[in-house]
Amino acid sequence: MGFLEYLVRNNQQILLLLRQHLELTFLSVGISVALAVPLGLAATRVRTLERVMTGVANVWQAVPSIAILALMVPILGIGFAPALVALTLRSFLPIYLNCYVGVRSVDPAVVDAARGLGLDEGNILLRVEVPLAAPVIAAGIRTAAVQNVAIATLAAFIGAGGLGNLIVQGLALMDTARLLAGAVPTALLAVGMEILGAWGEKVFTPKGLRVRTS
Amino acid sequence: MIMRFIIPSLGTVIELTWQHVRIVTAAVLLAVLVGVPLGILIHRARFLAVPILSGAGVLYTIPSLALFAILIPIMGLGMKPAVTALVLYSLLVIIRNTAAGLHNVPPEVIDAARGMGMSSLQQLWYVELPLALPVILAGIRVATVMNVGIAAVAVYIGAGGLGELIFRGLASLNMGSLLTGTVAVTALALMADLGLARVEAALRR
Repeated sequence: MGFLEYLVRNNQQILLLLRQHLELTFLSVGISVALAVPLGLAATRVRTLERVMTGVANVWQAVPSIAILALMVPILGIGFAPALVALTLRSFLPIYLNCYVGVRSVDPAVVDAARGLGLDEGNILLRVEVPLAAPVIAAGIRTAAVQNVAIATLAAFIGAGGLGNLIVQGLALMDTARLLAGAVPTALLAVGMEILGAWGEKVFTPKGLRVRTS
Repeated sequence: MIMRFIIPSLGTVIELTWQHVRIVTAAVLLAVLVGVPLGILIHRARFLAVPILSGAGVLYTIPSLALFAILIPIMGLGMKPAVTALVLYSLLVIIRNTAAGLHNVPPEVIDAARGMGMSSLQQLWYVELPLALPVILAGIRVATVMNVGIAAVAVYIGAGGLGELIFRGLASLNMGSLLTGTVAVTALALMADLGLARVEAALRR
């Protein structure tokens, strides 16, 4: 277990890399939420937007993450900012898709009932559709966050720091302790994010819907 | 920052593309060989679904670079750890889709097969699997497209493939190499996606 010793001896450096990693992940997911949720909601109302986004989504899903990161270099150079842009671009789609699909799959009878109660369109969206779609929207954010923990590792290749740095250095020096000191915390971070996301999904499920999902 | 622009020769690109295709194909085939039986298993023995899917889920969650790094002390460098990592990633999608596809087979159809006197294995082979095939194939498509992307990172552990152009470009700030690699990997992923979508559509008809 040479890597545990490495972790302890270099704890300051590792904490710094962990902070960079988390900053990159949370900042990119935060920006994506701020952009993708409104766009997803708009797409449920505007047919043209929906069609354009579906086309873009089909292609974008297939583009490899490392390609998106690499493409940032000729445009924005290396460092934190280009990595942040790449991660934001990557996490945008799962959040958008889940937001759109979530609202779209709300039972039309419920929307009708809300209309019958005299709610206007804005209130139907914000007080009926969004709360009912919240678990699906949260699932999209969870997917994006777990995925971005992984892509933030690759961001080390374009000089953005993060725990990937240790893996890259470990590979270059063939230093197994350093390699695992980067890899094991990264793996745990991703699994932790998945668990946090599952908890978040539960929290965002409206009380009335919790009976069915256990 | 000085960026050079040297476009790699077509021969190199073709060779690396071929390597890339080989890694991905090997990984997907192995993943199917392991994943489909596991999918059948959890369909028939439901109590195994949670442990098997959770295990595959954890593997799927681990970042690719980290998984490669963890495999190196065990398997060394080269194509073996790369293919292993890709197989481990693909398992979740393939197991899940196999089980889902089998689950969606209408019970009447299975009843009819049983009424015709088919054994459990015959039902599986002649009725259930053919009907589940489009869903299984959808899983294979997702796994393939994903693997084209992850294989581009596998070059870092010495597996070869198109990632070599990307990383060579990043290391020497050679934009020609970087862009060629990026475009080639993306094109390969899109082609795999479209090609397998066609097959899937043909099967559904």
